[in-house]
Amino acid sequence: MKMRFRLVSLSAPIIALTISFGLSSLILLIIGKDPYETFKIMFEYGIRGKSIVSIINRSIPLYISAIAVAVGFKMGLFNIGVEGQYLMGSLIAAYIGAQFSVITPLHILFIIIVAVTTSSLWAAIAGYLKVEKGIHEVISTIMLNYIGTGLIAYSLTTIFDEPNSNYDLPRTKELPESGKMPPLNTLFNIEDLQDLHGFLVVAVLVGIFYYWLVWKTTLGFDLRITGSNPIAAKFSGINPNKLVVIAMITSGGFAGLVGLGPLLGYFHRYTIDFPTGLGFAGIGVALLGRNHPFGMAVGALLFAFLQRSAQILDLNDVPKEIEQMMQAFILLIVVVFYEVIRRFIVKQQIKDASKRTDE
Amino acid sequence: MKSAINIKNITKTYPGVLANSDVSINVYSGHIHAIVGENGAGKSTLMKMLYGMVKPDSGSIEIFENKANISSPKEAINLGIGMVHQHFMLAKNLTVLENIILGIDKPFLKNIKLAKYRSEIQKVMNLYSLNIDLDQYVDELSVGEKQRVEIIKVLYRGAKILILDEPTAVLVPQEVDELFKNLRDLKDNGVTVLFISHKLDEVLEIADEISVMRSGQMIDTVLNSNVSKIQLAEMMIGKSLPVPPPRATSTSEVAILKVENLKSQDEDGRNIFTDISFEVNKSEILGIAGVEGNGQKEVVEAIIGIQSIDSGKITFMDQDIKNKGTRERLESGISFIPEDRQLQAMIMDMNLTNNVIIGRQNIEKYKSNLGTMKTKNAVKESEKVISAFEVKTPGTSTLATALSGGNQQKFVVGRELEDDPSLLIASQPTRGIDIGAQALIWEKLRKSRDEGLSVLLISADLEELIGLSDRIIVFYQGKLVKELDAKNVTPEDLGGYMTGLKK
Repeated sequence: MKMRFRLVSLSAPIIALTISFGLSSLILLIIGKDPYETFKIMFEYGIRGKSIVSIINRSIPLYISAIAVAVGFKMGLFNIGVEGQYLMGSLIAAYIGAQFSVITPLHILFIIIVAVTTSSLWAAIAGYLKVEKGIHEVISTIMLNYIGTGLIAYSLTTIFDEPNSNYDLPRTKELPESGKMPPLNTLFNIEDLQDLHGFLVVAVLVGIFYYWLVWKTTLGFDLRITGSNPIAAKFSGINPNKLVVIAMITSGGFAGLVGLGPLLGYFHRYTIDFPTGLGFAGIGVALLGRNHPFGMAVGALLFAFLQRSAQILDLNDVPKEIEQMMQAFILLIVVVFYEVIRRFIVKQQIKDASKRTDE
Repeated sequence: MKSAINIKNITKTYPGVLANSDVSINVYSGHIHAIVGENGAGKSTLMKMLYGMVKPDSGSIEIFENKANISSPKEAINLGIGMVHQHFMLAKNLTVLENIILGIDKPFLKNIKLAKYRSEIQKVMNLYSLNIDLDQYVDELSVGEKQRVEIIKVLYRGAKILILDEPTAVLVPQEVDELFKNLRDLKDNGVTVLFISHKLDEVLEIADEISVMRSGQMIDTVLNSNVSKIQLAEMMIGKSLPVPPPRATSTSEVAILKVENLKSQDEDGRNIFTDISFEVNKSEILGIAGVEGNGQKEVVEAIIGIQSIDSGKITFMDQDIKNKGTRERLESGISFIPEDRQLQAMIMDMNLTNNVIIGRQNIEKYKSNLGTMKTKNAVKESEKVISAFEVKTPGTSTLATALSGGNQQKFVVGRELEDDPSLLIASQPTRGIDIGAQALIWEKLRKSRDEGLSVLLISADLEELIGLSDRIIVFYQGKLVKELDAKNVTPEDLGGYMTGLKK
């Protein structure tokens, strides 16, 4: 696409952001808070060094989750089950990873493989159900989320619980030192701040891999044409069933990486307070970033920023729920403006094409 | 004479396109008035303005000699204007009666007064001598009958002016005769008919006055009695009328595609098609004639592996391809032009470079060993197609949706022919495109055929079918009922076999 169209596309998120700030301000005014002051506090808190590390750490799983969702979106497949997939993957990987010790790179690679495999298999169930039984993936993945959560709750208290632990709540055994991913603080010379998760490197690689897969390979092309026009895709020789399974497994594979940032960088074990909800948050980030690797990175950072900076609000007597409302406003509005912009671009292209015809 | 529609100096521009430029037209009450012109001449835009779907930039419209400001279809209906669209707006799981009253009655927790509507509709039907069983489900109707339902629908809503957008495009000759009879009855009862078409024979048969449009302008309005087909054509395109080019007959006897006893049933065990056997020889165009819904579309889709078959044999270049996937079949040298370019052949929101690969994305030319796409080859290929098929586009990175229908179709045909296939299956290759594009596609098909390509051609345009084909087979109710030599067959003959009147 031409440069000017790219620039036009960018205006959608900017407009969405502006309007949602406006709407949030309105709500703040209604409840008697000063919007300017509120956003100022949030911003000042959000750009502190400690906050920035926290924002990046938060954005890592958000970003990967968005990519997992986006792979499905690209072919018109709605994998709502990233949530269950990553939790299953994280639990199994945490459990198996804690059973032995080898040199760090191998150990981490092994944990990654276990997580990716588990999540892929869990996602493949939904693919199988769609292809063989005609069950829509939205239904099956939502159900699989419930089943997964139940299975995790049960198995965490029984088979995977740390033996002879004097800790009250169920949790897996801690990963040995070799299974912990070293932080990146020394690299950026910020030893005085909290750990910057080493998984950041993996997230960047995942973004590049996703881009290559979807835009540069033939498989990605098949995904994209199936997403745009499933009928034409079928006429072009694509086997839609095969592609559904491949896409589901790929999406699940990315989902397997979602929980590994927190697991390898901070928790080092699966506990009942292991972060949940990342799978659902990823859907929003994918939407905001329009399934584009760069767009989703910005989206993940933005949401992470809002989440982190909202933590200061309670201290200032402003309900921090305003942050969740802002996220929702942004998503709602951006969807509308993406469509407006898309139509605008198509119109422009038609104009260009007809100019050519007049010559 | 009283005027029904008087449009004065209307202009409408879309971004970059002058759709209607200073157009004026006067339609007399109780006349059949035809508007002819190529695709993109501005006919549809003019009708949309008349029906309140589009607002003119300037100019005025008078309906029955009163100034009208038509800002919505609803207002147009109130003024007595009814429109029958080319694509029917009917709910097929409802009966004719239910379809006709759909949207009129808005009952809330009370019964619809079916009996009252039934008698009212019957009155309208009697008045205009239109006949149809009101209790039949629309699903069970033929295309011609569906169209009649649409006409009754607008008449029942009080239309005194009937706009028909390309009404004959979907009909076989016999149904066209029936439609024209109905239109004459309407005319005798004082209804004004505005008839949009690009088929000159039909226009000359039915219309009192004929208006010709070309590139957004009204060229002239003439009396039917004062004009010949050649004159009309010249006004319409500024050059003489194209006919499918004649054959340089030299078909060989080598069968490229052989279909034997093909049979397929739907879930209820009804035959979609049965007992289908035919051959396509090297360097031959085999035409398939059939009214839509008689199994020909499904047979063709079975050949490329999209429609499943229950029994039978498909042999392509001496190989049994029955158990191969669509992709393998396409890659083994079958090219396919599906009937709906926007729905089946192209990805509208992708650019031409991407669109040229579709159907061939897995061949070595476009796929590296790593599994990546060879974009450079795709750019080259799309440039080749654009220049060889005179596709009007700013470049290869233009979205498919930005092209006009004719240019999209030229691109699709070009894409399918560029790869030197052994067999081309072309379904409605020139449907709904302008005469210029049509002539080019005909020329290319014929040339490829002369160079050895086998073509299986499906077309609803019987003149195209007869003009291009070497042999024609006719489908009726899922069976192959007749094989004809294209040299001595008329559209009327074909229509007879297609509707089961002739055997």
